[in-house]
Amino acid sequence: MRQLCKGNVAVIKGAMLAGCGAYYGYPITPASEIAEAAALYLPEYGGTFVQAESETASINMVYGASCAGVRVMTASSGPGLSLMQEGISYLAGAELPCVIVDVMRGGPGLGNIAPEQSDYFAMVKGGGHGNYRNLVVAPASVQEMADLTILAFELADKYRNPAIVLTDGFVGQMMEPLDLEFREIVAPEKPWAVKGTGETRKNMVSSIYLESDDLEEHQRRMEAKYIRAQQMETRSEEYCTSDAELVVVGFGIVSRILRSAVDEARKQGIKVGLFRPITLWPFPSQELAETALRAQRVLVVELSNGQMLEDVRLALDGKRPIEFYGRVGGNVPSIEELVAKIEEHVTAAV
Amino acid sequence: MSGQARGKVSIDIEECKGCGLCVESCPPKCLELAPELSHSGVHPARYTGHDCTACGICFYCCPEPGAITVYRLAAPPKAPVPQVQTRGEHAPAL
Amino acid sequence: MSTHQVMTEKPMVSTDSYQVVHSKSGVFYSEYERKTDLKHQTHYCPGCGHGVIHKLVAEALDDLQVKDHTILVSPVGCSVFAYYYFDVGNVQVAHGRAPAAATGLKRACPDKLVVAYQGDGDLAAIGTAEIVHAANRGEKITVFFVNNAIYGMTGGQMAPTTLVGQRSTTSPWGRRPVNEGFPLHMCEMLASLEAPVYIERVALCDNKNIMRARRAIRKALELQRGGAGFTFVEILSPCPTIWGKDPIEARRWVGEKMVPSFPLNVFRDRKVEIPNNNVPPHKTVAELVEGEGKAGAHVALPHRQHLFHDLGIKIAGFGGQGVLLLGQLLAEMGMREGLEVSWLPSYGPEMRSGSAHCHVCLSKERVGSPLVSRPNVLIAMNEFSLHKFASQVVPGGLIIYSLGHLPEDFSAPQAQVVCIPAAEIADKLGSAKVANVVVMGALLEETECLSPGTAMQVLETKVKNPNLLEMDRKALDAGRVYIDHTVAVGAVTQADGFAQ
Repeated sequence: MRQLCKGNVAVIKGAMLAGCGAYYGYPITPASEIAEAAALYLPEYGGTFVQAESETASINMVYGASCAGVRVMTASSGPGLSLMQEGISYLAGAELPCVIVDVMRGGPGLGNIAPEQSDYFAMVKGGGHGNYRNLVVAPASVQEMADLTILAFELADKYRNPAIVLTDGFVGQMMEPLDLEFREIVAPEKPWAVKGTGETRKNMVSSIYLESDDLEEHQRRMEAKYIRAQQMETRSEEYCTSDAELVVVGFGIVSRILRSAVDEARKQGIKVGLFRPITLWPFPSQELAETALRAQRVLVVELSNGQMLEDVRLALDGKRPIEFYGRVGGNVPSIEELVAKIEEHVTAAV
Repeated sequence: MSGQARGKVSIDIEECKGCGLCVESCPPKCLELAPELSHSGVHPARYTGHDCTACGICFYCCPEPGAITVYRLAAPPKAPVPQVQTRGEHAPAL
Repeated sequence: MSTHQVMTEKPMVSTDSYQVVHSKSGVFYSEYERKTDLKHQTHYCPGCGHGVIHKLVAEALDDLQVKDHTILVSPVGCSVFAYYYFDVGNVQVAHGRAPAAATGLKRACPDKLVVAYQGDGDLAAIGTAEIVHAANRGEKITVFFVNNAIYGMTGGQMAPTTLVGQRSTTSPWGRRPVNEGFPLHMCEMLASLEAPVYIERVALCDNKNIMRARRAIRKALELQRGGAGFTFVEILSPCPTIWGKDPIEARRWVGEKMVPSFPLNVFRDRKVEIPNNNVPPHKTVAELVEGEGKAGAHVALPHRQHLFHDLGIKIAGFGGQGVLLLGQLLAEMGMREGLEVSWLPSYGPEMRSGSAHCHVCLSKERVGSPLVSRPNVLIAMNEFSLHKFASQVVPGGLIIYSLGHLPEDFSAPQAQVVCIPAAEIADKLGSAKVANVVVMGALLEETECLSPGTAMQVLETKVKNPNLLEMDRKALDAGRVYIDHTVAVGAVTQADGFAQ
């Protein structure tokens, strides 16, 4: 059924399809509609919704529910995610699956509530203590808010690891048509869960490994699954890249504006194409490298001072010149602004 | 006191850490610390062999889960043997 | 390496007619496999209160026959390794967060016993918020709070429950209330809440009080097994090593020093009837996911030839004028007419007071940027918005200004300007609140971008009150009629509504 739906609400619609059994969260602009939708919908089919006293409590409630094998999620925005970092590290260390949505806003500190993409480092590179990774997906539309939330649940269970839906205030707040039809999504068996039953009595969930050798072995096992994810799970989208001389790279809301800018620039005869990472971790480095090496140069656009930029640099390993254009503070570049940047970089190349 | 004691205590000397709480707590004072050292280098508690009433106080005061086992003299053959279902039933009433 | 042999089965009757009455609980593992060495004894120091409390908890779980139905939540602190010993489901959590994790577990497994075991630093310092709120929600869990007035595991730093004058490595001159505050009384704090059903403080200071602790622990677990609410037992417990006392002195110190500061009492023991006004689950996921989409899905869509390829609309005004709603209605209408659409609001404090605006894209193709920086149509619902956004309108674009005439100093030579006194028209219809629908009528009449029929279909699904719906219908018509007959263009009224 096609319905006009808000991005934040679509997250919960996707979560329900994925069999989300519990939501624990704390309100924050611009993510609050996710909690509100969870409060409205989950109890209607027997799911759990609890408004916690803090994001710290939320993420630990998520930890508890995940221990019991429930598909569980929370959502917040930057300041809340900062508080959750402790819990995310524990979840990763204890190899517990869950979905965490970050509807990014301006920072640091209280910043403002307008969109930014400045939590990239915190979410993609870790943020909490210890050697771990988050699986990170970056929706750019309301449809993807639902679809990638479902994917996040699947990846989280597959790799027994937290999965982050990294989006921003615009994608969270905007409304677009959403096509969702009910389909059975079966969560995998979780024989490791602690459910208070005779069968699961011997199970134990913990992230503590007191002996150095034990902790090293545990981390090696985690590394192995991260390598597997890097080989299997990268996702990206390309637009007009086959003959592109300039490849623009952006994720989330920026990729939408870049897409329009590519259309405009092409009208002027500029051979420009768009590369959009859909998974930010694992980062689609190989796909990007293949595309970028067919072109002459690369322009990275972010609502940050250059965070994903570092992953683009790593992917291209100095083989192509990379320019960067970032807006921060909640400012979002217009199509015209990006067309001008594209023109500037193409002209510079000539 | 003469004859067979109502109870007796056995102490797992390898689990015992020699804290002495059982000796301090025992109402009939029938426990003591052994003069010799155990494997782990402490003076473990031991039953003197006399006067245990099977009250169980030593068991509850001992911090080690299995260091102390308390026994009670079985009832004479004619009386029905009580089924030990819950250890709690035999907890000392204080 | 120890040569110790662990007895896996204890003889119930010894050869000399003695019967076992007190022995290691079956809720403990016979051997502590999860420990790296010394698997036959605990990691606790000689005389530590944790061991005693573990035994009391294990015995109660055994007697209540809930070994297979229990999840123990271990904290950070000396009892972090409780899972070495308890042969129940085990979860180890972050410092202070046991009540939050226990909440997630209990909500997932409502008919199981969830037991949080926490120390004083864990519960009364870093986890103060979590315990207070779990108690306040009446989570049906049991919390054992082991208070030894010190940080044991980390080597003797001050705890929130360290006594006034008590020395620790971080209160080397003794705890001074002027600097460190007073000891925190958790039972008393929690007893001020409505939801808890059982709160007691006990002490491992002598035989008699150990047996009282045994009863309290058993009672809390029994209450949880019976489905009661939040149960909490604080246990004043010795820490001989850190206190620098031998185990017997330490036990006495609990009674002589701690008990006067932390009075033993049953602070709460009552049945708490919490009204359950939860609506039982009554919908399927399919119904919820497909939701409103389903309601509109059966409406036959008019076959319309849209004259535009892309149309970017910006609507701006005061919060409360229905600016955002008007945008949503247009997006919904566009969707129903088979277009790709997006609606992007200004959000946050702005939507509560002050100015509000939103962007609507209608397109025959996938919408790129949902941000309309160069609108084809600007709907300005106040003068401020008119001034602010008029220059953004593309050449040949349209400005609809919802007041009777333009301000003196205004000019937008690139655009056509239509003025409509929407608030007055709406007010005459009975409510100034439908001014946004009047404006929508004007937009539809002026641009023919979407069909008025679709507008009514959408309004019918959104507006449940028949009187309001009727008013909306009249407002829509009034807006269209006004454009048709009496439109003001620029400063000059023109029959066709277009500026020259």
